[in-house]
Amino acid sequence: MTFSPELEVKFSKMLECYPAGRTRSAVVPMLIFAQDEVGHISRELVEEVAKRCKVTPLQVDEVVGYYSMLHTRPMGKFHVQVCTNISCLILGAEDLYEQAKEKLGIGNKEVTADGIFSLEEVECMGACSWAPAVQVNYDFHHNVTPEKFDRLLTELRKAN
Amino acid sequence: MIYNEPNPLETKILTKRFGLANSAAIDTYLANDGYQAFLKASKMTPTQIIDEVKASALRGRGGAGFPTGMKWSFVPRTSPKPKYIIVNADESEPGTCKDRLLMENDPHSLIEGMLIGAFAVDSHKGYIYIRGEYRYQIDCMDRAIAEAYARGYLGKNIQGTGFDFDIYTHSGAGAYECGEETALLDSIEGKRGIPRLKPPFPAVSGAWQSPTLLNNVETFCAVPPIIRDGGAAFAALGTPKNGGTRLLCLSGHVNKPGVYEIPLGYNMLKCIDEFGGGMRGGKKLKAVVPGGSSCPLLKADECDIAMDYDTLAKAKSMLGSGGMVVLDEDTCMVKFALRIMRFYAHESCGWCIPCREGTTWLRKLLQRFHDGGGLKSDIPLIGELSQNMLGRTFCALGDAAAMPTISIVEKFRDEFEAHLDGKPCPYEHAGKFAMA
Repeated sequence: MTFSPELEVKFSKMLECYPAGRTRSAVVPMLIFAQDEVGHISRELVEEVAKRCKVTPLQVDEVVGYYSMLHTRPMGKFHVQVCTNISCLILGAEDLYEQAKEKLGIGNKEVTADGIFSLEEVECMGACSWAPAVQVNYDFHHNVTPEKFDRLLTELRKAN
Repeated sequence: MIYNEPNPLETKILTKRFGLANSAAIDTYLANDGYQAFLKASKMTPTQIIDEVKASALRGRGGAGFPTGMKWSFVPRTSPKPKYIIVNADESEPGTCKDRLLMENDPHSLIEGMLIGAFAVDSHKGYIYIRGEYRYQIDCMDRAIAEAYARGYLGKNIQGTGFDFDIYTHSGAGAYECGEETALLDSIEGKRGIPRLKPPFPAVSGAWQSPTLLNNVETFCAVPPIIRDGGAAFAALGTPKNGGTRLLCLSGHVNKPGVYEIPLGYNMLKCIDEFGGGMRGGKKLKAVVPGGSSCPLLKADECDIAMDYDTLAKAKSMLGSGGMVVLDEDTCMVKFALRIMRFYAHESCGWCIPCREGTTWLRKLLQRFHDGGGLKSDIPLIGELSQNMLGRTFCALGDAAAMPTISIVEKFRDEFEAHLDGKPCPYEHAGKFAMA
């Protein structure tokens, strides 16, 4: 399995940045950067990361099962993450989450039939002072109101 | 980027470059005292550096509040093993959103703080463990690190001092537990983030079984001003044994939520008024989470208090990580307790039983209670289960789940009683955006 030239450069640097013989350390960052490029953590990817980091596929699997951002099936092109933790909760985050479910027609960790959107109710993402907050892929959206959220989802659909 | 207007009442030490044009660029940093502290430190002895940090009364900004200078002194400088500097940038304590601002707006201060720490403990490699959701901040740090190499502030023989130091960023992938320092170490070694038995502490045996100096982003960022202007000057900003300023993450039912830099010991009610612009919609204050979701809550009549580690500890709470969440009179405390427990049950790594089973049982109990199926005997049971987690877990996650829960049950028992006998939640009428 090969990645884009940029990612290949990143990965070869990554494998060298840890102390000698400690390539296992690259497992988590390699998985997440690879997932961003190929879409999800497939069997093939697990085996590839295991090979590159000189660990067994099982050692990669146990990591994949632990970290919430690693997905073993494809998510939508736009992964909509609504935080409902305390600071967001008390400023209306549950309403936003319900709104997203309704507008997208999907539930938690589900993907729309066209593959454009997926939805996830997430834990605190570090935007508490600008709550409620939503993250689409890696982009933060702060002080989200139902109107702003509606506009955002409409724009994303158009952007596709 | 800055997401809220600064307030003229702030004491800007760590955030003084925020808002400058290209504040993250090395030229801006160099033009505004940047890397002067490292050059000064490079002419000091390690003991002098650590003594200066001790004199500053700086305490860990990640939440535990351990004296930083003392932590540094535990690293065996003469150990034949390599020593590592690790930055905890896994910021994930609910209510906390400050470290990302430091990395976005002033990444070189973090690099300089690491450099000074490295010089003090004779380390030549440092890693910044950044939570996976913070990809933008990872990119900010990578850019700053590349700039620092290009200008000779990282790499070999830094600025002719003969000192070598390399820094790398390391992405997490979504796990609150990895903010616990030994779980972070397992994570950086490519494993599940499971806490380790202590001792040995990371200072002696940390990353890859080597001595490791591990601090929060804000803690490292406080080091350059301490070395530059002296520990005593930093200490004088705060209260005794609680030196300096900290970034207050103000959120919840206030008019102007935001991140503001304030000296330690600032009065909590004054924070709400002067920085928060008062309560939203003129509502009454009900309670405050003083420093992230793991802290015991304070009732409105307990909030006339100085915000430093020792005063809050005396009030049986904690200053924690700086995430201050303000709750108004329309907040349902049962629902609030439930949301906190849902979080901890989700994030429990499952390694030790009191935490894994305790948080899950409590989540179910609180859910049933909020849904109207609560029994009178559930109220003491919630307290009892929480007490049984306290101090009985490998790491502080079990305590973090128990402490706010115990405080809510003790201080807001009437609200639990108001949910009994199948009565609907009395706060649901409060409507959208009052309490969801």
